[in-house]
Amino acid sequence: MSHLTPDPNVSAGSAYDGLLEHHEVAGDSSQWAFGTDFEDPLAGVDTTVPADVDPAALAAYCLMLGDDALVMSHRLSEWCSRAPDLEEDIALANTALDLLGQARLLLARAAAADPAVVPALPEGSPVPAEDALAFFREAGDFRNVRLAEVPNGDFAHTVVRLLLFSSVRLALLEQLASSRDPVLSAIAVKGVKELAYHRDYAGRWFLTLAQGTDESRRRLEAALRELWPLYPELLTTHPVEQSVAEAGVGVAPDSVASAVEVVLEQVLAVSEVDRPDGQPLAGVRGRTGRDGLHSEALSRMLAEMQVVARAHPTGRW
Amino acid sequence: MSGQDFTTEGGHGAVPLQGVPAAKPGHGSEREWPLYEVFVRGKRGLNHVHVGSLHAADDEMALRHARDVYTRRNEGVSVWVVQARHVAASSPDEKDPMFAPSGDKVYRHPTFYSIPDDVPHM
Amino acid sequence: MTTSDTATDAQLSALEARFEDTIARSERIEPRDWMPEGYRKTLVRQIAQHAHSEIIGMQPEGNWITRAPSLRRKAILLAKVQDEAGHGLYLYSAAETLGVSRGELTEMLIEGRQKYSSIFNYPTLSYADVGTIGWLVDGAAICNQVPLCRTSYGPYGRAMIRVCKEESFHQRQGYELLMTMMQGTEEQRAMVQESVNRFWWPALMMFGPPDEDSPNTAQSMAWGIKRNTNDDLRQRFVDMSVPQAEALGVTFPDPDLKWNAERGHHDFGEPDWDEFMQVVKGNGPCNAQRIAHRRTAHEDGAWVREAALAFADRQREAARA
Repeated sequence: MSHLTPDPNVSAGSAYDGLLEHHEVAGDSSQWAFGTDFEDPLAGVDTTVPADVDPAALAAYCLMLGDDALVMSHRLSEWCSRAPDLEEDIALANTALDLLGQARLLLARAAAADPAVVPALPEGSPVPAEDALAFFREAGDFRNVRLAEVPNGDFAHTVVRLLLFSSVRLALLEQLASSRDPVLSAIAVKGVKELAYHRDYAGRWFLTLAQGTDESRRRLEAALRELWPLYPELLTTHPVEQSVAEAGVGVAPDSVASAVEVVLEQVLAVSEVDRPDGQPLAGVRGRTGRDGLHSEALSRMLAEMQVVARAHPTGRW
Repeated sequence: MSGQDFTTEGGHGAVPLQGVPAAKPGHGSEREWPLYEVFVRGKRGLNHVHVGSLHAADDEMALRHARDVYTRRNEGVSVWVVQARHVAASSPDEKDPMFAPSGDKVYRHPTFYSIPDDVPHM
Repeated sequence: MTTSDTATDAQLSALEARFEDTIARSERIEPRDWMPEGYRKTLVRQIAQHAHSEIIGMQPEGNWITRAPSLRRKAILLAKVQDEAGHGLYLYSAAETLGVSRGELTEMLIEGRQKYSSIFNYPTLSYADVGTIGWLVDGAAICNQVPLCRTSYGPYGRAMIRVCKEESFHQRQGYELLMTMMQGTEEQRAMVQESVNRFWWPALMMFGPPDEDSPNTAQSMAWGIKRNTNDDLRQRFVDMSVPQAEALGVTFPDPDLKWNAERGHHDFGEPDWDEFMQVVKGNGPCNAQRIAHRRTAHEDGAWVREAALAFADRQREAARA
């Protein structure tokens, strides 16, 4: 038995340890701009739910924001290895990872606020609450807007969707940073920086495709027409959002509508693209994504996303 | 297997070398995004260092790509990008006239000057 | 390099002598240095195929991103596959210092003229494969890649330092996933063992055929492009993996695998080199699928890349006007 082999259980045992030390031209690591420090967005944050806040409403609200991020992240992650170039592949994965990080924090906050929202799993299941929520709820229990869930189209489709999504979410999180819930506030503060980049990325690509070639403009306008009817849903205030907004915990989307409109009008104007005149996509007896009423695409997406987790309800990953 | 040579050092191993063309410069069929060189400042107070290259259609996209590709692990607080064709470089053939003359100017280095050990703060 | 076009024999041999001397002193060759044409070609091929391996290598694991069974694993896997895109990008850049372009190399890949590592022509059939690829495939890659940080060509070596630095999490996340699954249910343990059984032999084949079948190894080693022989690296990998398997509680599907005290190494069985050659020739389980996937992405992206160039042209014209 070779005893020189590093023990994989010992953190010092990486085969890469000493890479630079043994490399005569490498010098010290400051010459390489390798990254090191990482921040816990919730470090030092008081996680108790404020006493006068309805835990059920807070949990439902966290699910809405969390599911938006989770489902949008999933669609973006489907681009991995399929993007127009390597740099864009990496950029889209970054955006997906940012949103996935937000989703995890928000789902965990939902579970902490009201454990009743977490699906029941077999006795002794080690599945954490964020995963029980992501992988063991039915489509009808998801509270995301329908814009996030429709299947991917071409790159223009993703640019338009991300522009609409990130413009609204950035405006929401900017307000949410002053939430009375310290956890939501911390998540929002972190998210604002991420969303600002996502919106810039999408806005710049929107302009580029609009002013690029005839082909890119045609595709962009087609994507905009297709997705526009899903946009009003993002700015419609659901009763849950209304109640948490009144409690100073959440943000009512209609309160940021005009700020979002200013941004979108700017992007459309500079791109010389007309605002589409499509009407909002109807719900069913007024119910839409926030009420758990989705397009046919969501359950199919979840079937794929949840298949391994559901096959092993007491599994450890 | 005879006549087939493999290198294991294609990173993930076992790729044939024999009979594989090496690609000749300038034979791509598509007009490509130009190549940019990327420099990252690891933290305040340090020099920007060359970390690698990327492709982008213009400067603004190059900055975004640099952020996405080269600062995923918190690597930097500042990024420079410059189109590779704009970098003027010395030629290795000029090594002697370019760099050798500075080799003997030992008086530019502090260790050239001997000061008694008991002089403080020197 | 253009100097070689007009150089006299005497000048040429002086350049060659300087090149050999640089290699002999273990110093790096840099892009603008004179280099023998054979060295340049060997490098372009090796770096290009290394880059192709990273890019094609995104697919087997990428296959499970949308089905990752926990949000933590999904983030880890996406970040890992994203790194592979980055590593491919770093390596294409290193090849570009030798005068070839990424687009040209991508065309060589999707036309099947240049190859990539055969390991990625095997399918991923369960989530345990994500762990096994991290542990065994990335483990084998470590044996290959760490020595490459000292390769004689500067840009390649520097790219490899960044690649290795970032890869340090890849093998660990794989092993940690398998360790966690082994502490899970009976079905999960069986899934891990089944996955290890499938990947063990392909992982051994990653080091290439035995040394006696690799006639050009000597030249590459003399040039400092290649730094260890196939068999050396394979032995190192086996010796490294056996105790890791024991700690994990899995076995390798090789009845001949045992410690040889006399040699101070493990003895092990012979991989199926016929299968290896079939996969290299394009008849592996996933060869056609992997190339088709890459081709589709490249072709579907053409209008986007073109639009960005047209936009940049337009901006430049507007700035001049």
